[in-house]
Amino acid sequence: MSPVRAFFQRVGAIAAKEVRQLRRDRLTGAMVVGIPLIQILIFGYGINLDVRHIRAGVVDYADTSASRALVSQLEASQVVQFVHRAPDVRELRRALAAGDISAGLYIPPDFERRRLEAGRPIAQVLIDGSEPGIEAALRALASMPLRLRAADYRAPERPLEVLTEYNPERRTAVQIVPALIGVILNMTMVIFTAIALVRERERGNLELLITTPVKPVELMIGKLAPYVVVGLIQTTIVLATGVLLFDVPINGPLWQLYAGASLFIAATLALGLVISTVAQTQFQAMQLGFFTMLPSILLSGFMFPLAGMPRAAQWLAQILPLTHFNSIVRGVILRGAALQDLTGPLLKLTAFLVVAVTIAALRFRKRLG
Amino acid sequence: MAESAPDTNGLAVEARDLTRRFGSVLAVDHVSLDIERAHIYGFLGPNGSGKSTTIRMFCGLLRPTSGTVRVLGRDITREPEAVRSKVGYMTQKFSLWDDLTVLENLRFIASIYTLGKRKAQQRIDAVLEEFKLRPLAGRLAAQMSGGQRQRLALAAATLHEPEMLMLDEPTSAVDPQSRRDFWESLFALVARGTTILVSTHYMDEAERCHRLAILDQGRVVAEGEPERLMDELPLQVIEVQAKDVDGARRELHTLPEVRSLAQLGLRLHVLIDQDVPDAAGRVRDTLARAGIAAEVEATRANLEDVFVAATLPGRQSGERSDA
Repeated sequence: MSPVRAFFQRVGAIAAKEVRQLRRDRLTGAMVVGIPLIQILIFGYGINLDVRHIRAGVVDYADTSASRALVSQLEASQVVQFVHRAPDVRELRRALAAGDISAGLYIPPDFERRRLEAGRPIAQVLIDGSEPGIEAALRALASMPLRLRAADYRAPERPLEVLTEYNPERRTAVQIVPALIGVILNMTMVIFTAIALVRERERGNLELLITTPVKPVELMIGKLAPYVVVGLIQTTIVLATGVLLFDVPINGPLWQLYAGASLFIAATLALGLVISTVAQTQFQAMQLGFFTMLPSILLSGFMFPLAGMPRAAQWLAQILPLTHFNSIVRGVILRGAALQDLTGPLLKLTAFLVVAVTIAALRFRKRLG
Repeated sequence: MAESAPDTNGLAVEARDLTRRFGSVLAVDHVSLDIERAHIYGFLGPNGSGKSTTIRMFCGLLRPTSGTVRVLGRDITREPEAVRSKVGYMTQKFSLWDDLTVLENLRFIASIYTLGKRKAQQRIDAVLEEFKLRPLAGRLAAQMSGGQRQRLALAAATLHEPEMLMLDEPTSAVDPQSRRDFWESLFALVARGTTILVSTHYMDEAERCHRLAILDQGRVVAEGEPERLMDELPLQVIEVQAKDVDGARRELHTLPEVRSLAQLGLRLHVLIDQDVPDAAGRVRDTLARAGIAAEVEATRANLEDVFVAATLPGRQSGERSDA
């Protein structure tokens, strides 16, 4: 038999065995479909960076028609909801400390006089700074033109107009769902492959395989190939759910999205391979998998913009494949970019893949000696 | 490339000063031995004596720290691939796939060895028959008994008709009947020309080997045919049968010429230096003086005596206490 045919026969045999084991392993099978579905529902519905209905309290020492108008105008913005009316400031602070409310509006007794004096604030908002997101929402609210002063009865000045491209309704789901493809793939691919390889070592299968003519590279390709397909299935699940439930538009060509996803899947599989050469048990593989997860979620730009991070975090983010895939997937899905516009992230992903495969191959060969 | 030419008439294994260190532990210490083709060669030794490490070096799983080993005429460290297709290895622990059936496991191994469709089918049929696995063909390996799993492991190891089989404690997890059947299979394989290396800690299995190496603390401490090892033991073996075995044991320990005492049920095997005259008489007198009723007679050494005698120097150095 020619070496090339032998290569494909052995790779095929290993891949077929892996698929058979995967099909027999109900729990893993359920995870292939279940993890992306649950994640997209949780993230899609649960994460809303456009903060609304913040529970707030109010203490109104003025109690005039204008002060009541201020309260109702703020409430009409839907950013805050006044659920607590406190008799004094002390009670307002207590409710804030207890966590019953996240913000408190203090209307001073001289409210009416302040209204007439331009340049002085007419009221004060206390904010719970311990929770992320609240402060920004209320600062935005505080800069809202309220037309409560006599001097304000002219048209408000708006020197800059903001136009939100690609997501005009500013829906969080549109920003989250495409990037969620990467997060889910990152989670399942790294852990599945690390476990699939470590399991063989743990159960002693590897010891037998090494004494057969199978080569390390055949073993790796054969074991990873089925997971590329699993990854593409997961991509499809997230994408379909995103379109059906969250009206996420797909502006770029679909095949380019899948091409980018395939590259990312390969990179995460390689990371799983590296982990499998370090971990001795399935439990360790799982822990190391999760260890790579958290920085990926936090630093990849999935939830927080890269621009706001300290320099060191930005460098670290460059190492994470998820960062680059997020650029690709947001580019293709939302901005309708073509892959040739995204060569930067594509090259960085490829570099990661090459480095990870090299490390894995070097470490794997060591184990045979 | 005369050096790499396989030498089909020569030895199956030639090990020279094979040594393996794990950190500061010397697991295998200058092991040199020859294994002839179409023989069953046994490794006998306690746990940690270096049996598994030696076998793993023979099949290319571990690299020797120093020394050389030629398997089927080729240097295993330099040409592992050339050897691998001709060697079958059976690990101590079941290492086929629990979540695959008997047939799926065998088919997988057949494709890994690229046997080709027709040849694979023919070999799978043959091993299913030979190892009585046909009725179990559709069963998951996880659902089989120890003896059945061991038959499957041997079937898989012999599927590609290897010239040499290396079996690492193959019978440690099976019942006596399965052990007997297993050895029948080994003899059938040897009759067809396969060379077999088997490690064990069962004396009866060691006795069935054509040739034997006793390993202790990584060294070969005795080597040869089991019969000769027993005949040529340089110690006298005195068998003592006594009701009060413990008393007899205590009493005999005080004799300076006693090298070792091993208990077999109600019998004691006393190993005494060869140059001691009338060893049986001395034992008899000692016990009589202590008032212990016993039957004492000189007897032929068994393999256990050989084993105990071979591992004696290690005991004297104080590293090992009473067996």
